[in-house]
Amino acid sequence: MVLNNIEKLLEKYENGETSLREEQQLKNYFSQETVAPHLEMYKPMFAYFSVNQKEQFTKALPLKTKRVFNYKWIAVAAVTVLMIGFYFKSNYQQQDDLGTYDDPQMAYNEVVKSLAMISTQFNKGTSTVNYLNEMNKGTATVGYLNEIENTRNIIFKPINR
Amino acid sequence: MTQTEFLNIVLPFKDKVFRLAKRLLVSTEEAEDATQEVLIKLWNNQSKFEEYKNVEAFSMTMTKNYCLDKLKSKQAQNLKIVHSNYQDHNISLQKEIETKDSLDWVGRIIQDLPEQQKMVIQLRDIEQYELDEISEMLGMNNTAVRVALSRARKTIREKLTNTHSYGIK
Repeated sequence: MVLNNIEKLLEKYENGETSLREEQQLKNYFSQETVAPHLEMYKPMFAYFSVNQKEQFTKALPLKTKRVFNYKWIAVAAVTVLMIGFYFKSNYQQQDDLGTYDDPQMAYNEVVKSLAMISTQFNKGTSTVNYLNEMNKGTATVGYLNEIENTRNIIFKPINR
Repeated sequence: MTQTEFLNIVLPFKDKVFRLAKRLLVSTEEAEDATQEVLIKLWNNQSKFEEYKNVEAFSMTMTKNYCLDKLKSKQAQNLKIVHSNYQDHNISLQKEIETKDSLDWVGRIIQDLPEQQKMVIQLRDIEQYELDEISEMLGMNNTAVRVALSRARKTIREKLTNTHSYGIK
C-alpha cells in the first residue's frame, strides 16, 4: 500500500507536479535503509539533494561601510577660506602716498634734475638710432639691382614671347 | 543600515546563493567569489533595499545572472586546476564509498544538464522553493519551469537507472 503510494508520487514527481510536502515524503521514504529493489536507483538522487542542502558558505564578507561624502563641508571650507582672505586683505594697506615737497624752490630743483636725467638718457638713445641712416644708404645701393632686372628683361623678352 | 542588520537579512539565504553559484560554476572557489560579489553588490545598493519586493528572490536572480555572465566571459574559458578529487583510501568502508560514489554520479549527471535545468533542479529539489518563486527568480513562466523540472528529473532517473544496472542488463 505504501509502496503503491510512493510509486504514484514518483510519477507525479517526474512530471513536476508534486507539491513540496509530497517531495518531502519521497525524501523521507528514500532516506530509509531499505527501499523496494526496483526503486533503488532513486536513492542516491534524493540522498544527493539532502547532502547538498547542507553545504554552507563560509568565506568572510569584506563589507566596507560606504562613506557618504557631505558636500556641505566643502561650502563651509570655502567660506572659511574667503573670510581669512578678507581678514588679511584689510590688514594690508596700500601705499599710494609718495610724499610731497613743501618748498617750491626745492620742488623746481628736483624737477630740473629729473628732466636733465631724462634728456641725457634720451640723447643716448637717439645716437644709437643714428646708425639706421647707414641702413638707408644700403637700401639705396640695393636699388641698383633694379637696373640689372631691367637689362635682363630686355635680353630675355624676345625669347619668352 | 548597519552591518549587523544587513547580515541578519542576508544570513538566511547566503548559503542558497553559494550553492546555486556552485551548481553553475562547479568550482568551490569560484562559487565563493561569486557569492561574495553578489552580497557586496547588495550591500553597496542598500539604499534601494526598500524597493525590492523580495530580497531573497532578487539575490537569487542576481546570482543566476552573475554566474551565467561568468560562464560566458573569456575568463571562464581558462582552465583552472582545482584539486577537489582527493580520495579517502579507506577500503574497509566499502559501503560508505559506494554510496558516496553514487552521490558523485548524481552530481555528475546534474552537471551535464543544460544550465536552465540545472538551476531549476537546484532551486526546487535542493533549496525547495515554490514553483512560483522559481519562475520569478529565473524570469520564466510557470509552465516552462515545470517542463524544465520534469525533463531534468527524467534525465537524472534514466541515467541513474543506466548506471545502476550497468553490467547487469
